[in-house]
Amino acid sequence: MTEHDILSYDVIIVGAGGAGLRAAIEAADKGARVGVICKSLLGKAHTVMAEGGMAAALANVDDRDSWRVHFADTMRGGQYLNNWRMAELHAREAPDRARELEAWGAIFDRTEDGRILQRNFGGHRYPRLAHVGDRTGLEMIRTLQDHLVHLAIDVHMECTVLELLKDGDRIAGAVAYERERGRFKVFKAPAVVLATGGIGRAFSITSNSWEYTGDGHSLAYEVGAALQDMEFVQFHPTGMVWPPSVRGILVTEGVRGDGGVLRNKDGKRFMFDDIPENYRSQTADSEEEAWRYIQGDKSARRPPELLTRDHVARCIMREVRAGRGSPHGGVFLDIAWVKEKIPNSKEYIRKKLPSMYHQFKQLANIDITETAMEVGPTTHYVMGGIRVDGDTQMSTVPGLFAAGECAAGLHGANRLGGNSLSDLLVFGRRAGEYAAAYARDNAAVNVDAAQVDLATTNALRPLDGAGDRGPAAEGPYQIQHELQEFMQELVGIVRCEDEMKSALERIAALKKKAPGVTVPGNREYNPGWHTALDLRNLLTVSEAVARAALERKESRGGHFREDYPDKDSGFAKFNIVLRKGGDGAMQVSRESIPPLPAELAQIIEEMK
Amino acid sequence: MTHATFRIWRGDSSGGALVDYETDVTEGMVVLDAVHQIQAEKANDLAVRWNCKAGKCGSCSAEVNGMPKLMCMLRIDELDMSRPVTIEPMRAFPPLRDLVTDVSWNFRVKKRIKKFTPRPPDAPDGSWRMQQSDVDRVQEFRKCIECFLCQDVCHVLRDHHKHDEFIGPRFLVHVAALEMHPLDVADRVDELKEAHGIGYCNITLCCTKVCPENITITDNAIIPLKERVVDRHYDPLTKLVRLFRGKRDKGRAEIPAEDPVLHGSSRSANPSEESR
Repeated sequence: MTEHDILSYDVIIVGAGGAGLRAAIEAADKGARVGVICKSLLGKAHTVMAEGGMAAALANVDDRDSWRVHFADTMRGGQYLNNWRMAELHAREAPDRARELEAWGAIFDRTEDGRILQRNFGGHRYPRLAHVGDRTGLEMIRTLQDHLVHLAIDVHMECTVLELLKDGDRIAGAVAYERERGRFKVFKAPAVVLATGGIGRAFSITSNSWEYTGDGHSLAYEVGAALQDMEFVQFHPTGMVWPPSVRGILVTEGVRGDGGVLRNKDGKRFMFDDIPENYRSQTADSEEEAWRYIQGDKSARRPPELLTRDHVARCIMREVRAGRGSPHGGVFLDIAWVKEKIPNSKEYIRKKLPSMYHQFKQLANIDITETAMEVGPTTHYVMGGIRVDGDTQMSTVPGLFAAGECAAGLHGANRLGGNSLSDLLVFGRRAGEYAAAYARDNAAVNVDAAQVDLATTNALRPLDGAGDRGPAAEGPYQIQHELQEFMQELVGIVRCEDEMKSALERIAALKKKAPGVTVPGNREYNPGWHTALDLRNLLTVSEAVARAALERKESRGGHFREDYPDKDSGFAKFNIVLRKGGDGAMQVSRESIPPLPAELAQIIEEMK
Repeated sequence: MTHATFRIWRGDSSGGALVDYETDVTEGMVVLDAVHQIQAEKANDLAVRWNCKAGKCGSCSAEVNGMPKLMCMLRIDELDMSRPVTIEPMRAFPPLRDLVTDVSWNFRVKKRIKKFTPRPPDAPDGSWRMQQSDVDRVQEFRKCIECFLCQDVCHVLRDHHKHDEFIGPRFLVHVAALEMHPLDVADRVDELKEAHGIGYCNITLCCTKVCPENITITDNAIIPLKERVVDRHYDPLTKLVRLFRGKRDKGRAEIPAEDPVLHGSSRSANPSEESR
């Protein structure tokens, strides 16, 4: 190990999206020496792609809103599998996190009286999303980034964590490699915050970037942390479907929040056909009422297009399967129709949805102020993740924390749009605070040379014998592609037992094959090598999704079983938890959800 | 489906060469798709930086047929496919490997710019009041995705390598966003003139032309900043006062900025159009 310099910190943050940056800022504010490790350049993380906004009950647009309504909306959207403590903290603290961003230089769109403007979004009773057009994520990440660079925080860019290190039961640091030269870096720290985002790259149709390979989930799992709710993957109802090369790119829910409607090939607004019982009292009866809601009429109820994402995605699938879809296997999302209602509709659309306008114009040759978009479901978000304590965000491994998408709990079975950006800030801050406190209150850790050697030896394996691979043999890209295809097909939006079992068999086969993959080239900025190293993480999270989905024999939220199409109250009482067993095999268990405290139960009852 | 040739620069800091790759192209493909296809099928170790593939992160900047572009937003059917499509790394930054360049300088520059400093909150809950009309201008600047294509085409950086003296269009936009932020009370005008080297810019508009976010960099950000510098440092009355105080102002020797708006009559051609 002597050839590796050891970098020592109080807190290491893995990931530099919204959660990682907010955690780093908080830990540094609390006096910790902080190192951030991120796979890409600063400011490029997946948060940058978030479009619609950040949910926070500021009550700037509708003064009936409060943290209590936001809490109830989040629990209802999550089908009550949420960690209720996280849902409570999130709803209570999100407004302060939004105001804090403004204090750091963010400029949200404004109300007429000069406050932060809020927009409508699926599953939120009142207009609640603070936003900047449809580029809210960019505003958030840039604000955090620009704030962070003036603090004493080291940022290790284009650096990928290979393994976490342990000292006894505690976390002790991480082994990473930097892409530019391909050299290893060893980090020592008593506290590590994972903020690595999601797993979308395990599927073929996804809105997620290459970074979303489930690294945090897999790293935590390997050192003994528990994962939960992995069966709940969110398929966003509106991704682009045409042309083929852009399939999966996100079309923001903001389109529907600002008046966009979904129609089938017969021109019918099919979302009125199936309104779930628990949302009936909040949903408009007619197109006329729906439009009044978009116009800000407080007596009107939400359009059915703004039902939760799981439900809208399934309705789209139903239309497509029934042969009522659009030419390229989606449905129509129409915002151009507002020209019937307002005089300056083109200006309205371009102001409200500038990047959507640009995206369709550039990539599909479609002017969305004139023509309807073709859209269909795309893998977008994983509700499941590392099991954490609601207050501190510490995982089941002492010293290991998780925040943002890679942590589980807040969203239960389905996440509401807009609750992700607020999640990042609320729990990023908490993870940073408690990680700093943990580092302060606990003794120093030691790095075990044997663990480092094992990690680096494994990492170099794909480069051994490079060039030996004949043209017919599979490279890392082929294995990744195969996994993505069958995960989409067999463990995607509609699931059944036989298909998931067959997916598990194929995952097992790839797990045997993956360690033997070789790549050409050397260690310097070699994407083939990186892809080979990502395979383990992708396979781990894929297996976790399939095993958890097999165990949950009901349909709820983002998880839909063709063989068990109904909700089963028996399954409402527990989360499905996955751990690495002593024999190395993945173990599935059910952990009951603690009962709601009376105060929170009463809020839910009142808001029904 | 058609067959196309992509001529991609392969190499590192010690040098490199263009290598031809043939691949199939299908309807709607963008240049980054072709690069990925080549990477998966023919050159596993072909280095390219990318993230979102949706024009939002600004990672996949390169020079395609000599034009600075985001590869994820450039459709192949916009290009002349009868000839090989040339893809090269940005030239204003040192090459690392293949299409990846060392852009770390940009991150160091940003640290040197005085941070956002708001006035005290307007309301007891710690919030402020700002009208939409007062933030429209700053919101334009904040659309920047930091792709650094504007830095790439700026001749002060690209041809004259003034990286130590000039922060480049991206960071002039950043300073403009701070200076014109309705809440900000810090003053960056002196730094603009000295440390940030705004006088080097002779408004050739190259940066504005290549901005994928269509930010009007020159007209809306740089020229107003130049005017602020002029007002403070070159206004005759102010100058007279300074003279009396004995504080001589030292302008830049290379490119005098006395008349920054009119300076630069020799509007240089977009450097990317030069032959290599």
